[in-house]
Amino acid sequence: MPIQVLMPALSPTMEKGNLAKWLKKEGETIKSGDVIAEIETDKATMEVEATDEGTLGKILIPEGTADVAVNTPIATILADGESAADLAKAPAPAKPAAEAAPPAQAKSEAPAPKAAPSAPAAVAEPDPEVPAGTEMVKQTVREALRDAMAEEMRRDADVFVMGEEVAEYQGAYKVTQGLLQEFGARRVIDTPITEHGFAGIGVGAAMAGLKPVVEFMTFNFAMQAMDQIINSAAKTLYMSGGQMGCSIVFRGPNGAAARVAAQHSQDYSSWYSHIPGLKVVAPYSAADAKGLLKAAIRDPNPVIFLENEVLYGHTGEVPKLDDYVIPLGKARIVRSGSHVTIISWSNGMTYALKAADELAKDGIEAEVIDLRTLRPMDTETIVNSVKKTGRAVTVEEGWAQSGVGAEIAARIMEHAFDYLDAPVTRVSGKDVPMPYAANLEKLALPSAAEVVEAAKAVCYR
Amino acid sequence: MAAPKKAAASAPQDKTNGGSPPEFTREQELKALRDMLLIRRFEEKAGQLYGMGAIGGFCHLYIGQEAVVVGMQMALKDGDQVITGYRDHGHMLATGMEANGVMAELTGRRGGYSKGKGGSMHMFSVEKKFYGGHGIVGAQVSLGAGLAFANHYRGNDNVAVTYFGDGAANQGQVYESFNMAELWKLPVIFVIENNRYAMGTAVSRASAQQDFSKRGLSFNIPGHQVDGMDVRAVKAAADEAVAWCRAGKGPVILEMQTYRYRGHSMSDPAKYRTREEVEKVRHDQDPIEQVRNRLLAAKVSEQDLKAIDAEVRDIVNASADFAQHDPEPDVSELWTDVYR
Repeated sequence: MPIQVLMPALSPTMEKGNLAKWLKKEGETIKSGDVIAEIETDKATMEVEATDEGTLGKILIPEGTADVAVNTPIATILADGESAADLAKAPAPAKPAAEAAPPAQAKSEAPAPKAAPSAPAAVAEPDPEVPAGTEMVKQTVREALRDAMAEEMRRDADVFVMGEEVAEYQGAYKVTQGLLQEFGARRVIDTPITEHGFAGIGVGAAMAGLKPVVEFMTFNFAMQAMDQIINSAAKTLYMSGGQMGCSIVFRGPNGAAARVAAQHSQDYSSWYSHIPGLKVVAPYSAADAKGLLKAAIRDPNPVIFLENEVLYGHTGEVPKLDDYVIPLGKARIVRSGSHVTIISWSNGMTYALKAADELAKDGIEAEVIDLRTLRPMDTETIVNSVKKTGRAVTVEEGWAQSGVGAEIAARIMEHAFDYLDAPVTRVSGKDVPMPYAANLEKLALPSAAEVVEAAKAVCYR
Repeated sequence: MAAPKKAAASAPQDKTNGGSPPEFTREQELKALRDMLLIRRFEEKAGQLYGMGAIGGFCHLYIGQEAVVVGMQMALKDGDQVITGYRDHGHMLATGMEANGVMAELTGRRGGYSKGKGGSMHMFSVEKKFYGGHGIVGAQVSLGAGLAFANHYRGNDNVAVTYFGDGAANQGQVYESFNMAELWKLPVIFVIENNRYAMGTAVSRASAQQDFSKRGLSFNIPGHQVDGMDVRAVKAAADEAVAWCRAGKGPVILEMQTYRYRGHSMSDPAKYRTREEVEKVRHDQDPIEQVRNRLLAAKVSEQDLKAIDAEVRDIVNASADFAQHDPEPDVSELWTDVYR
């Protein structure tokens, strides 16, 4: 029976890629290990190797095709003795149920990259930072972050980027792609794998007046640097009586990616948001990623900028403005509603917005707030919304105990207790280290269904 | 030189200059004496105020180690930075920070360098290029490499002098910083003040390699052992190290073999060493007595030396007076300086 070659994934979070080139023609003999095609994403290029022997029977996806979903059949290989006539016998690709999405459709939990990741336009609130009529360009979160850094580096010679693989490798997640080429090795600096040490060097350079952007390959590794972030970066301004602070951004992916298990999946939102002296930013959309990173780089304080690997490839509308800067500390109502307030940030917004769509089908209009900055927290926007809806659900990937949702719940109780019609409810990551198995990982993370359930519960529906 | 050098258990030796450091001019001797005396008298006064309850928390005195910071400072120029750990009063005075501001910080008053919010371990002066004052053992080493990074980035020829002790020398981030400093040729002098005890643990009980000048060997960082009790030897080693850094050759390690007369902090029971050991170093190698004896041998009058004593005592007494009468910070200061 002919064997199907499927579109491979370069990383656990890749959903689709481009079929750049076929290196074998139909009818050519193929040995196991032969490179038969090249695929690419905005992050990297990869060769597709044959794992079977035979003849390349039929190319199903021509070269140059963009946005081919992972696991789509791209070709068939005929075994010895098989002919083109056998092609019809090729089986449907065997895939786990969750992966069985047709090629044109993205995985169930994530919005399709070409669609704007925010709520449907009909209910989205206009961004107050963007003048009406501004031209919008489609960009991935990854590109938006890169552009933010590049623009700030052009603007201020004291801004530089350092971290593991940021320069020659072009970024472990390709967020710093192209920066080395534009700014050179003096300002885009590959470090050894020594988080504690280079975080300290970054803070020291900031104390001397430079404006470092320190990339952690993921915030899981920043645990090694925690002492310098907290004890040196966050506290020095106070300890010096205001004489000496440091303007520094620590950025990188935070939280769960996909199938990377407990040591690479932790959400540190609540850890950093606990600390006076730090600002903590966690954007969801591409536009916010750009505007907030620019603001973070300009901020005279240490800023923790929590990105999310799952969101890097998501595309959104980014205003085409010379200098798009979003003030830190301002939440955004991305969808207005009157029945229940759903508060989230970063990838939690994926669940929140999907849930809002579901709830609308049942006649529940949810107001969705993207917190965007966790510290300082925009209590006013939360409280005003809860005064209107009387109900609130928080959504976070991190653990519930001492989490950001717990903090939000406390603030709502302090400032809007009399307006509440139901207890504030938290949807969070489950109270376990992140498991590796796909089914368990899915269970450990929040889901849109849990958000729907929580929202209905507080609406007594 | 009056004091014999071989007396103590492991007598500090100057290996950079073959044993006999270059002579100071009279002017240099007088300056060294005055600066070291200021630190000693200041620290003695701080110890008294601590005993009276005027100073709280931790208080780590620098008595015995004065030659290190004074000799180093004599080799620096404007714009060179200094950073250290928590035994920092001497470093601040040596960089020219005012005794009043330092003492008032020790007593937690509004006239202190950190408005009373930092205390003994956390003072800074952007003006004097003193970058603290850090309480986590070894953290200042990465930070100091970062100050040097800034010099390198800006293309100036300033040097970041980064002090730490024999205890901090065993911390992991020290070696991360050594690696990057040499890799990027950062102009940083790592001054390891080996006072033989990390809190109560003797070097021999904590360090597999007790020759700290060799701690950079695997990174190709040159290192020298220096008699940290002889301010001339310190100055000579510092001159060489500073020139190396300014020439763009990267970091240098200077192991300063020194001794602290007082406890680790004020609450040190001092059970880990004998009184005789302390007395012997004090008698044989005291950095201030070495200079005083040389000056007397060079026919400087007792009267001239007493005048220096008097000037220093006036400064210290005035600072103690200021530090006890200056008001505490306004309560509104609780909420300031968290962000800027």
